[in-house]
Amino acid sequence: MDQNTIIQLDNVSKEYRLGAIGGGTLRGDLQSFLAKVRGKDDPNSKIGQQKAAHNEKFLALSDVSFSVQKGDAVGIIGHNGAGKSTLLKLLSRVTAPTTGEIKIDGRIASMLEVGTGFHPELTGRENVYLNGAILGMTRAEVSRKFDEIVAFAEMEKFIDTPVKRYSSGMYVKLAFAVAVHLDSEIMIMDEVLAVGDMTFQQKCLKKMRSVATEEGRTILYVSHNMNTVKQLCNRSIVLSKGHCIYDGDVDSAITIYSNNSEVLNEKMQDLTLIKRPMNVEENIRLTKLYIDELEIPFGDDFNFTVEIESGEQFDNGMIRTVLKDMAGNVVGTAHSNTFNVFKGKSQVSLKFKSDRLLAGRYYADMSLCKFDGEIQTRLDVVQKAFTFKMEESDIIYNRCYWGNVRFDKMEVQDCHEI
Amino acid sequence: MENQEKQWMTVIKPKTGWFDIDIKGLFRYKDLIMLFVKRNFTSLYKQTILGPLWAIIQPFLTTVIFSVIFGNIAGLNDTGTPNLVFYMSANITWAYFSSCLVSTSNTFISNSAIMGKVYFPRLVMPISTVLTQLISFAIQFVFFMCFWVFYLVQGEFTPSWGYMALTPLIIIQMAMLGLGFGVIVSALTTKYRDLAMLVSFGVQLWMYATPVAYSSDIVIEKLGSTWGQVYMLNPMTPVIETMRYAYLGVGSFNLMYYLISWAITLVVLFFGIILFSRVEKTFMDTV
Repeated sequence: MDQNTIIQLDNVSKEYRLGAIGGGTLRGDLQSFLAKVRGKDDPNSKIGQQKAAHNEKFLALSDVSFSVQKGDAVGIIGHNGAGKSTLLKLLSRVTAPTTGEIKIDGRIASMLEVGTGFHPELTGRENVYLNGAILGMTRAEVSRKFDEIVAFAEMEKFIDTPVKRYSSGMYVKLAFAVAVHLDSEIMIMDEVLAVGDMTFQQKCLKKMRSVATEEGRTILYVSHNMNTVKQLCNRSIVLSKGHCIYDGDVDSAITIYSNNSEVLNEKMQDLTLIKRPMNVEENIRLTKLYIDELEIPFGDDFNFTVEIESGEQFDNGMIRTVLKDMAGNVVGTAHSNTFNVFKGKSQVSLKFKSDRLLAGRYYADMSLCKFDGEIQTRLDVVQKAFTFKMEESDIIYNRCYWGNVRFDKMEVQDCHEI
Repeated sequence: MENQEKQWMTVIKPKTGWFDIDIKGLFRYKDLIMLFVKRNFTSLYKQTILGPLWAIIQPFLTTVIFSVIFGNIAGLNDTGTPNLVFYMSANITWAYFSSCLVSTSNTFISNSAIMGKVYFPRLVMPISTVLTQLISFAIQFVFFMCFWVFYLVQGEFTPSWGYMALTPLIIIQMAMLGLGFGVIVSALTTKYRDLAMLVSFGVQLWMYATPVAYSSDIVIEKLGSTWGQVYMLNPMTPVIETMRYAYLGVGSFNLMYYLISWAITLVVLFFGIILFSRVEKTFMDTV
């Protein structure tokens, strides 16, 4: 075994039971138990529920193995529900794995949330000590680093004020400062940098970078923000549906993450298969979607057709598509004109003028609404309804500085010599 | 180098044995215990006008009510000592025990936010709670001593001076017993919330099975010897009895019952900690 290995996971899985865990009350569980002993139906199961469904299980992480070397800065990326947070929870010992073994050689400072254990009534100073102790430092260690922490957080003036008077930005700064100054060998960070202003974010990233390279500490960093992962990490792990699908250099990891979309990618899609959020109408559904072209040459329009099944007729139907990039950032939203929806099935063909979009892959959440001239009432929502790819355009566009939308060319109204 | 077994600092496994209790880890977090005590205590009385005075008002009013109802009207104090000290001695003692039990019994539920985000030995929480209650008890005890000295000077009673040395032992025992029952309840309530309902109510009932509102002689006389013995098995009975015997010189000190009470305390605490350590690893999934 390599002596430089600081974290090692061997076939780690974490299983959650879906639905209610137990009856929740002692009486409920005793009832279920007695019924089972006597071979009767469980009085607490819902009518018509299959027996197996009661014990349905969900693997948040399945058979994940990897090891981390001292001084590595590992970015853990994946879509929502891929198992990132579960992994961090296991590593920070908040909960135990179902199977497998995790070996750690060093102290862990985990920041799964900013300012864990900050008490609003206590002053900044008291909270620094408390937070430090929660993260495993002794009083003496905090005292030694106290000035450094306060200076890093730029909080000299407010350190003796109760933190309930702090702005949320100050809160974050102080909490981060404590965590980053810990003498722990391993640092775990879960998207904490999403808060705070840009300058402070950059300062944090720089500090973390130096912590890894100069002090040789190990960092595990989870984020949806690929730019920060690129800046900070020298290695990246991609999780998808509980599996580790890639482990290696950051750039390839980000590419794999971007292409590993969970959106169906077919010309005809059965939208009834996609689970709906809670608050939608029961008898009106977007059922099918036909896409003409999955890869759109630059400048062309994006054409698609939706099929609607409705229990009533109305003349003010409207389709709304919210366009997102693969990292989940909203790019923009397009509404349709109103159209007739017939009782039974109707088909609507739509044209989306996509010439302002940059090259790249996008997906869209689609909703069907009623529009009465002022208010849009949501009838059905399909998340990640479709995906498409815009092909490269004629001129090179620097996305990272210029944004995701290219407006129409500015018209030159007049130009003369003065 | 290749085949050499590496010494890992921490190994996280799905489940551990029943007796895998991390006492050493607990000791490493002693600073955290003290900081939690400080946090609990300061936040308890922040933005109140009377502050720690509340620690006194509560037992004082209870004592007054007990003196009037149980002492004067019902005549349950047949010892000849002034009602005020007779009831206050038991009240503050019982208050310490019951507050330890009640406040540790919701350890997991009320702290799930912080415990879901960061690891520290979970026993830190209930231990610091018990220590926080100790501060309130100390305040109340000083308050009690004022009355005690007042009546002592007037020659209302003669304390058993030697037994007063048992005071620290009694306090430690109550802390351990309250902690023991509290962590058992907290471990069970991660799954069943029913017990949380039972606790505050059950503690109240328990008080009436303990000689707080009356002197134990009256009860034992009424119950006869068999049930009287059962009555004495209540681990809190010898505790209150000893307090009263030491400070007021009333009742008796029975070494056998006192040792039984200690034995029960140790057993409860032992099982409590085992159950607690068993639950602490995965309670986040069920709480």
